[in-house]
Amino acid sequence: MPRLKLFLPLFLFVVLVGFLLRGLQLDPREMPSALIDRPLPEFQLSRLGDDSLVQRSDVIGEVAFFNVWATWCISCRMEHPYLQMLADQGVPIYGVNYKDDTAAALEWLDALGDPYRLNIEDVEGSLGLDLGVYGAPETYLVDARGVIRYRHVGIINERVWQGILQPLYQELLKESGAP
Amino acid sequence: MINPTLLMRCVLWTLLTFSFTGVSHAVIETYEFSNSALEQRYKALSAELRCPKCQNQNIADSNAPIAQDLRKLLYKQLEAGASDDEILEYMVSRYGEFVRYKPRFSGVTLMLWLMPVVLLLGALIVVISVLRNSRKEVADSALSAQEQQQLDDLLSRENEP
Repeated sequence: MPRLKLFLPLFLFVVLVGFLLRGLQLDPREMPSALIDRPLPEFQLSRLGDDSLVQRSDVIGEVAFFNVWATWCISCRMEHPYLQMLADQGVPIYGVNYKDDTAAALEWLDALGDPYRLNIEDVEGSLGLDLGVYGAPETYLVDARGVIRYRHVGIINERVWQGILQPLYQELLKESGAP
Repeated sequence: MINPTLLMRCVLWTLLTFSFTGVSHAVIETYEFSNSALEQRYKALSAELRCPKCQNQNIADSNAPIAQDLRKLLYKQLEAGASDDEILEYMVSRYGEFVRYKPRFSGVTLMLWLMPVVLLLGALIVVISVLRNSRKEVADSALSAQEQQQLDDLLSRENEP
């Protein structure tokens, strides 16, 4: 028994190393959203490009992505072509133009293409605040009942789409009974 | 003739004054509060709320746009008469428990809150048991009468020519 006691520090060390190794693999920026399984917040904002109002009821009803973007966000430019490709395949994406300059945003869509069903103009960042956005790009997956099911922080690329978003999207489509 | 120590003192005070103006520049933006109690609460809350983007800073220290937004929101809510709990609840419902440097005591944060106490108790137990053992060893090391006799015999034999 006293022999076993000698191994106690080693055992504790191994446990500590285990925790530290796990910590190395975790990405501290990947925080679970506080809004998972909660309804998309109510909002009433103008639509980018014209002055008509958009509200929550206009954008829910089918499984869709909500992409938070801005022209000042460099990573958004990187993910833009991929969003365009997804939109061309028929994936519904709504844009939340987050704390941006309207003219610059319209110019961006003109030059790079517009993958969005429509863009919600969130100049003050109020919808962003209600969503718990802390930086762009962020993408929310909302189901047909208007409930937020997943939040992705960072750009969407092939790896993220194939690995995480597409399986979830397919699952939600099945859930809502769409073909 | 100017006293050199007096001159030295003047120089030092001037330098000190300038170094303090440097500190006041670090303040990011200032809000006018209707009373000083609100200002105190603003300081306490902005020190407790964590910046979601920069993670290892509170919103009082951070220059990130999101921290600015949250400070502005905090100011508005305080002036509108919200209680500390209401404000924290508002922030937590959007950014998660993560946004507080002092998270609520719950199942998820149980380990976080209790670990220091557990580790301290563990360390105390180890220290006490080590101290006890060493004392016991000292007590055990005293020789019995028979052992003493044997030792004396051996020593006296060694001293013989």
